[in-house]
Amino acid sequence: MTENILEVTDLQVSYPVSRKTPFEKKKSIQVLKDISFTMKRGEILGLVGESGSGKTTLARSILQMIPYEGTIIRNTVQPQMVFQDPYGSLNPSQRIAWILEEPLRLKGGLSKEERVQKVKTMLQRVGLEEKILERFPRELSGGQRQRIAIAAALMLEPELLIADEPVSALDVTIQAQILALLKEIQKEMNLSILFISHDLRVVYEMCDHVLIMQLGQIRESGDVEEVYFHHKDPYTGKLLKAAGIETA
Amino acid sequence: MNWKKIRKNKNFIAGSILTGIMLLLILAGCFYTPYNPNTMDPSAKFAGVSLKHLMGCDNFGRDIFSRVLSGSRTTLIVAAGTVLIGVVFGILIGALTGYYGGVLDEVLMRINDAVFAFPSILLALLFISLLGSGKYHVIIALGIAFVPSFARIVRSEFIRNKNMDYVKSAKLQGAGDFRIMFVHILPNTMTVLLSAIMIGFNNAVLAEAGMSFLGIGVQPPDASLGRMLSEAQSFLFSAPMYALFPGLTIILLVLGFGLLSDGLKNE
Repeated sequence: MTENILEVTDLQVSYPVSRKTPFEKKKSIQVLKDISFTMKRGEILGLVGESGSGKTTLARSILQMIPYEGTIIRNTVQPQMVFQDPYGSLNPSQRIAWILEEPLRLKGGLSKEERVQKVKTMLQRVGLEEKILERFPRELSGGQRQRIAIAAALMLEPELLIADEPVSALDVTIQAQILALLKEIQKEMNLSILFISHDLRVVYEMCDHVLIMQLGQIRESGDVEEVYFHHKDPYTGKLLKAAGIETA
Repeated sequence: MNWKKIRKNKNFIAGSILTGIMLLLILAGCFYTPYNPNTMDPSAKFAGVSLKHLMGCDNFGRDIFSRVLSGSRTTLIVAAGTVLIGVVFGILIGALTGYYGGVLDEVLMRINDAVFAFPSILLALLFISLLGSGKYHVIIALGIAFVPSFARIVRSEFIRNKNMDYVKSAKLQGAGDFRIMFVHILPNTMTVLLSAIMIGFNNAVLAEAGMSFLGIGVQPPDASLGRMLSEAQSFLFSAPMYALFPGLTIILLVLGFGLLSDGLKNE
C-alpha cells in the first residue's frame, strides 16, 4: 500500500488584510507559499514549525475550510480533525453520549441501538468507561476530554486524521498516554495521521516522515531519522538545537 | 447546576418561592374564585377587608380578591405571550445575523436598531392605534417591541460561539447550517437567554399594567392589574385598599421574577 492519500501541489493561501476605509486598495498577506508534498496511506506525517509558520492554515486548507489556490488531491473520505484545545472542541451543553452519537446521526442510516453500540465500542477503544457517557464535557479531565475528541473524530471511520497540536494543552504524563493511544489506533485502523506539533521530541516519537515549515514555506522534508540527524537546512538545525536535541 | 450551589443561591431560592406562590394562586384562580370577578353586588360597595371579602370590594361591589386573581391571570397571559413572540423572533433574527454576519447582519441589525430606538411602550401604543385595543392586540404590539432586545442577546451569543472548535468539528462531521445553529449552538445560549427571559417577563408585566392603566389594554369589565389600578385611582382616599392590593400584586410578581433572573445569572 503505497498509494498516496494526499497530494498537495503548489498550494498558495493568502488572507485579506482588513481595510480601514472601503476606499483603500484591497491588500492581502500570503501565509502559505508554494507548498507541495505527498502523504502516503497509513503513515504519520509530522508537521513542525514555530507559531505563525502556517501549520494550522495548511490543515484548514486540506480540510477545505478556507479558500486556496493550487491543487489538493484527497484520495479519501472527508478527513476529520482533533483540535488542540479539548475544552473548546466538545459542545459544552451536550452530554458525551450525544456528542459521540452526533456524527452517526448526521450520516444517517443507523438505528438508535446500532449507534449506541458503535459509541460503546469506540469508547472502549479510546480506553474510557461507559459511565462517562452521561456526563458533560466540563465534568471531565483534560485527558478524558481529548480521548472523547479523538473518539468523536473517529466515529465516521475517516482514513485521514489531522491532529492539530493534540497534546500541547495537556500535562506531560497525560501527553504520553494520548500519544500512545493515537499510535495504537493508527496501527489498528491503518489510519493516516497528519500530526501538527511544535514539539520536535514528540514528532520524533510519533512520526514516519516530517515536514519542517517556516514562514509559510516548507524548509525541509523527508524521513524523520534523515531530517533529524542529517539535516540540510540551517533552520532545521536551529530548531533541533533549540529543542536540545544533539545531532552531531 | 447542582443542588449544593442552588442551596447557597439565596436570590434563586427566594425568587422561586415567591414566583411559585404567585403562580399557584393564579393557577388556583383559574378554577375557583370566591366570587365571580365581574358580578356586582351594590350592598357590598366599598366593603372593607373581612373574612367574607379578603381584600374588600370596589365601587361596584365586586370582590377585589377575585378580581386580583383573574386580573393577574390576564396580566400573566399577556406577559407570557409577549415574551414568547419576542423570544421566537429574537432567536430567529439573532441566530441568522450572528451566524452568517455580512450584509444580512447589517440590514437586519439596522432595522433592529431602528425598532430598538423607540421606547417599547411608545412603539406598542403605535401598533395599538393601528390594530385597535384588546388583549390579543396588546400581546402582538408588545411582542414586536420586545423582539430587538432578545435578537441582540442571541446574536452576540452566536458570534461568541460560531468560531469555537466544536462548531468546526460539527461542520467536518457534515452538519448543515441550520442544524449547527439550532441544535449545536442554541442550547449554549440558554443560560444567558433564560435570565433575559425573566427580565423580559418583568418588563412585559409592567408594560401590560401600564397600557391597561392608560385604558388601551384589556377592556372592561375584564380585570387586569393595570386596569384595576386605573379604576382605583379615583377612590384613592376613600378606598385605599382598592389600589393597594393590585399594586402589591404587581410588585410581588415583578420582584419574584427579578430575583429568579438574578439567581440564574449567578449559576
